[in-house]
Amino acid sequence: MHQFQLRRADDVDAAIKAASAAQTAQQGADIRFLAGGTTLIDLMKLNVETPQQIIDINHLPLNKIEVSPDGVLKIGATVRNADLAHDERVARDYPVLSQALLSGASAQLRNMATTAGNLLQRTRCVYFRDEHMACNKRNPGSGCGAINGFNRTLAILGTSDQCIASNPSDMNVALMALDATIHIRGPKGERDVPIAEFFLLPGNTPNKETVMQPGELITHVTLPAPPKGSRSLYLKLRDRVSYEFALASAAVVMTVANGKIETAQFAMGGVGTRPWRNADAEKMLVGKAPDKEAFRAAAEAFLKDAKPQSQNGFKVELAKRCLVHTLDAAAKLA
Amino acid sequence: MTDHDPSKPGKAGPDRRTILQTIGAAGIATATNWPTQSKADMTPTQTTVSPGFAVDAKLTINGRPYSATIDPRTTLLDFLREHVHLTGTKKGCDHGQCGACTVHVDGRRVNSCLTFAAALTGREVTTIEGLGEPGNLHPMQAAFVEHDGYQCGYCTSGQIMSAVALMKEPCGPSDADVRELMSGNICRCGAYQNIVAAIQQVRQGT
Repeated sequence: MHQFQLRRADDVDAAIKAASAAQTAQQGADIRFLAGGTTLIDLMKLNVETPQQIIDINHLPLNKIEVSPDGVLKIGATVRNADLAHDERVARDYPVLSQALLSGASAQLRNMATTAGNLLQRTRCVYFRDEHMACNKRNPGSGCGAINGFNRTLAILGTSDQCIASNPSDMNVALMALDATIHIRGPKGERDVPIAEFFLLPGNTPNKETVMQPGELITHVTLPAPPKGSRSLYLKLRDRVSYEFALASAAVVMTVANGKIETAQFAMGGVGTRPWRNADAEKMLVGKAPDKEAFRAAAEAFLKDAKPQSQNGFKVELAKRCLVHTLDAAAKLA
Repeated sequence: MTDHDPSKPGKAGPDRRTILQTIGAAGIATATNWPTQSKADMTPTQTTVSPGFAVDAKLTINGRPYSATIDPRTTLLDFLREHVHLTGTKKGCDHGQCGACTVHVDGRRVNSCLTFAAALTGREVTTIEGLGEPGNLHPMQAAFVEHDGYQCGYCTSGQIMSAVALMKEPCGPSDADVRELMSGNICRCGAYQNIVAAIQQVRQGT
């Protein structure tokens, strides 16, 4: 591991000031915030992340979960995944989020990993994690070992000829379906970013993964009150039943009344370079009867632009079935 | 059944680690920074730290305060093993994938390999050594002995620390629920069935 200076920030302003000298934004930056450390320290041991300074933000007052009078849920940046999953308001009103969190990692890691850290979680692509391999995300311009390499677990949506790395998070998929807003503070003030605009496609700059700017800190995430009468569900398909990343996963938030779908919001994980949502597929379901024919049509639309790689062609049909099954199961929830 | 109580082993004598450490210490007496044994007073072993990078670690381990100036790269796992010589906590993968390094921080289980020791100022760490001792085993330790919840034993301290923490976490009643919440602890010998049996016995208070 490369040597670094470890400093502790006692308030948000101090943290932002300390990080404002960074050359690039959080991921891969020379100045990094330390929260749970489950991604950062892992990647530092692999020499993939090589920060010169680390700002410990675990003492900032960002570890609360609150509900505002208008029903908006406010989740602090350093709320641990386990605490968020088991919060009774989350389990009751946003079961899809609770389920997604509990399907990720291990109990130990969920005790450590944080909300903001999970948003910035980095890909599990083996070429990214091995400093000796070609990877445009880790080392721009070095090429992509994954294209025509070991790409069984990688993305089929949102890829470019520079990068096919998949976003590994479960939480992000649920937050996507729930229309989360990311609240950011930085040297230039505060801004709110809808999660749909937070993650960038790899394009020609796969090293840039989010809209975060140097010195910026995620302070909290908000979720609108769930649609009245909605039911929600997360389903994760993977190589083993626990402690494994998704090959395909689906987060569904749906309302059904009088035998018709009133609202349908859904996102998928394991298949995209970012947590994936498709407005066209959602629109197809509104006003329809919640049957498998409608769900299959929506799944076909969702995966319409899928571009399989040499080893992950199976993901196209897997993802469709995953989505159909989750939509069907969500519709049948009481 | 055996004819002796497995929780009450025979007289304490030199163990394999003590012998190896003694030989090792004698063999490399000229290497001044080698973290030799200091079990007697439990004073953290000092190591050389590059100027400008050294940080203070002040934490409580098994109820006792520890303070040391360390390299910021020192994980809690390495601090426990190399500085404080509490070697019950094991290094497996060193990347948070195997669970051998599981300890409790403020009563919650974490992977000590993915935690910087210097970031734990003011926190309370519990290791396997703080759970019980020969002759006075924690009920979970005794249950693992009773059910043979191990073969080689390398993952066992992590398994037990995880299992003890699980007792306070939301967990359904079935074996499958236990397996799900224990999935962060890998046992390459495959003692899972006995591990689950040990945990279920303690949970059910039988």
